[in-house]
Order: sequence, then C-alpha cells, then structure tokens
Amino acid sequence: MNEAPNLNYIKELAAGSEEFEQKLITIVKREFPEEKKEFLKNYSAKCFEEAAEHVHKLKHKIGMLGFEKGYQLTIKFEEELKKNEFSQFSKFMLILESIENFLKIH
Amino acid sequence: MNCIIIDDEETARMIIQQLCSQVDQLSVIEEFPNAIQAIKFLNSNKIDLIFLDIHMPDFTGFDFIQTLKNPPQIILTTSDKNFALEAFEYECIVDYLVKPITLPRFLKAIQKVETDALEKKEITESSAGENNSSSSEENDLYVNIDRRLIKIDLPTINIIEAKGDYILIKTEKQNYTVHSTLKKIEEKLPDDLFLKVHRSYIINFKKIIDIEDNSVLIEKDVIPVSRSNRPELMKRLNLL
Repeated sequence: MNEAPNLNYIKELAAGSEEFEQKLITIVKREFPEEKKEFLKNYSAKCFEEAAEHVHKLKHKIGMLGFEKGYQLTIKFEEELKKNEFSQFSKFMLILESIENFLKIH
Repeated sequence: MNCIIIDDEETARMIIQQLCSQVDQLSVIEEFPNAIQAIKFLNSNKIDLIFLDIHMPDFTGFDFIQTLKNPPQIILTTSDKNFALEAFEYECIVDYLVKPITLPRFLKAIQKVETDALEKKEITESSAGENNSSSSEENDLYVNIDRRLIKIDLPTINIIEAKGDYILIKTEKQNYTVHSTLKKIEEKLPDDLFLKVHRSYIINFKKIIDIEDNSVLIEKDVIPVSRSNRPELMKRLNLL
C-alpha cells in the first residue's frame, strides 16, 4: 500500500479557514483513537459485527484523509467482517497506523 | 431553509456544518449525535431539511424516518452505498450523499432539495386550484331553456316558484322560466343556501330581508311560509 494520508479534502472544505481546519483535525484526533480502540476490542473478542460497525466509522476518516485504494479496501474489509472473514485485516491495520502517525505530526 | 444534522460522528457533523455555511439559504438550527434527541426537538420545532446519517447505534436513520408523521425533506449522509435503493422508497428522501462529501456534490443535493420543494409547492397549488374549480362547479346550475343550456350561479338565485309544469327562477339579474318541477330542482340545490318554505316556493334564505308572521320578504316579493315549514326556517336563522 503506497498511499499516504493527506489534508487535501480538509483544506478544500476549509476554503482558507485555518480555524476550521484545526478544529476538524482536533476532532479527528480525538475520535480516531477511540474508534480504533473499539474496533480492536471487538475484533479481539471475535465480535465481528460490532467490529464492522467501527470499521464503518473509520471508513469515513480514511476517505477524508485522501485514501482511495485504502477506502476501497476498507469497504471490502467491512463486508468481510459481516461474514466473519478477515483476510484484509493486516492491510487495514497498516492504513490505521499510517493515519496514527500522520495525526501525531499535525 | 432551517435544517438540522443528525449523525453520531462529530467529524461528520462538523463537515456538514461547514458545507451548509457555504450556502446562504441554509441555516443549521441544531445538530444531534442521535435520533432520539432529534425526535424530541422535532416535536416542538418546524424544520425544512434534515441531514441524516443512516448508520447510528440503537436507532438507525430509517427507524427515525418511520417515527415522523410529516417528515420534512431529508438528505441521507452515509458511508454506505448499499442503502441507496431502500432510501428512494421514502418520498421525503431527496438525495443520498456518500461520505466524504464534497462541496460540488453537496451543492447538487441542495439544488435537488429546492427543485423538489418547488415541485411539491406546484402540486399543492394545482390541487388547491382543482378544489376551487370543483367548488365553483358546485355553485353552478345548468337549465334547459329553448334547447340551450344556460348557466345560473346558484347564490344569485332569490326565489324559485312553481308555475304548473314550469318553475320560475328569479335571480338578482333576471328571471328564467324552466320546464321542471320544484321537487327536481330542490334535489340540485345546496341545503346550506336554499329552503322550501311553501309547496310552491323555494327561497334562498340568505336573501331574506324580513319575516312577518307567515311570510318572508325577498327583494320585492312577499313569499308565503307554510306552518309546517316555519320551524325549519326559524332554525336556520341566526336569531338574537
């Protein structure tokens, strides 16, 4: 997976408003770790339907941080989890780590 | 256009707020992290448009719509394309936005909302027009005089008098002699305006000038009122 997160979508939305940009990033920084934690908790407990719910929420953030292939992979993973399958787990975790690192420097 | 946002994800609510701020005619009144709070709000507030997430814990967007008696226009906002077909089963759902929502796509949705509102307004006005025209038809009576059907505006009739095989219809402007019976025309007249006061007379009781013992005055005509019809006449009058 060669994709890296970016702020293009957020900057476009902000239309020059740094205040909005910062506020949105702050909210993402707060919500993202919570959603990731809840996903992992449910995944470890083999509660795949609940895990899929959290992947669904993470999917929005993955999309807004510029992942295109990653977004498609997340859709696939969400569907897999609903069928108790998880072949995309490691690739999905790479996306989450990449976002985590990105958010640390913003 | 007053709108509210319902989404359990704060990021999503903030993004929709920002998109709404780009459109002058949109005013975000309130935002809610769940549908239950929104239902309480909608019980006492009139809203034109709702941005509604489908995927919410406990109570989904579709569950929420089903609780609304007269739902306003709704734009669904979701990260899931799978619900598009179900969405369009609801007349109130105007558009379906897949997250992350871009400004051009958002503006297109608002345009759809405006077009939809305009179409609904036109339908309401045209059905109101049809109702008016039907009520105007109810106010007309066509009578056959010399092989011509002549329209008489019912409220303009003062009295109808039986004259053998004919009836004389006296209106505000002119009189018509029609080959018919009082019984036949009585069936065509609205009860809230006309009353048979005598075996030979039907009157428009809104045209009564005064009542004296066993007669009523309408224009310059003194019309007899039979004893049996007098109680009904008195019942219809607004007596002090």
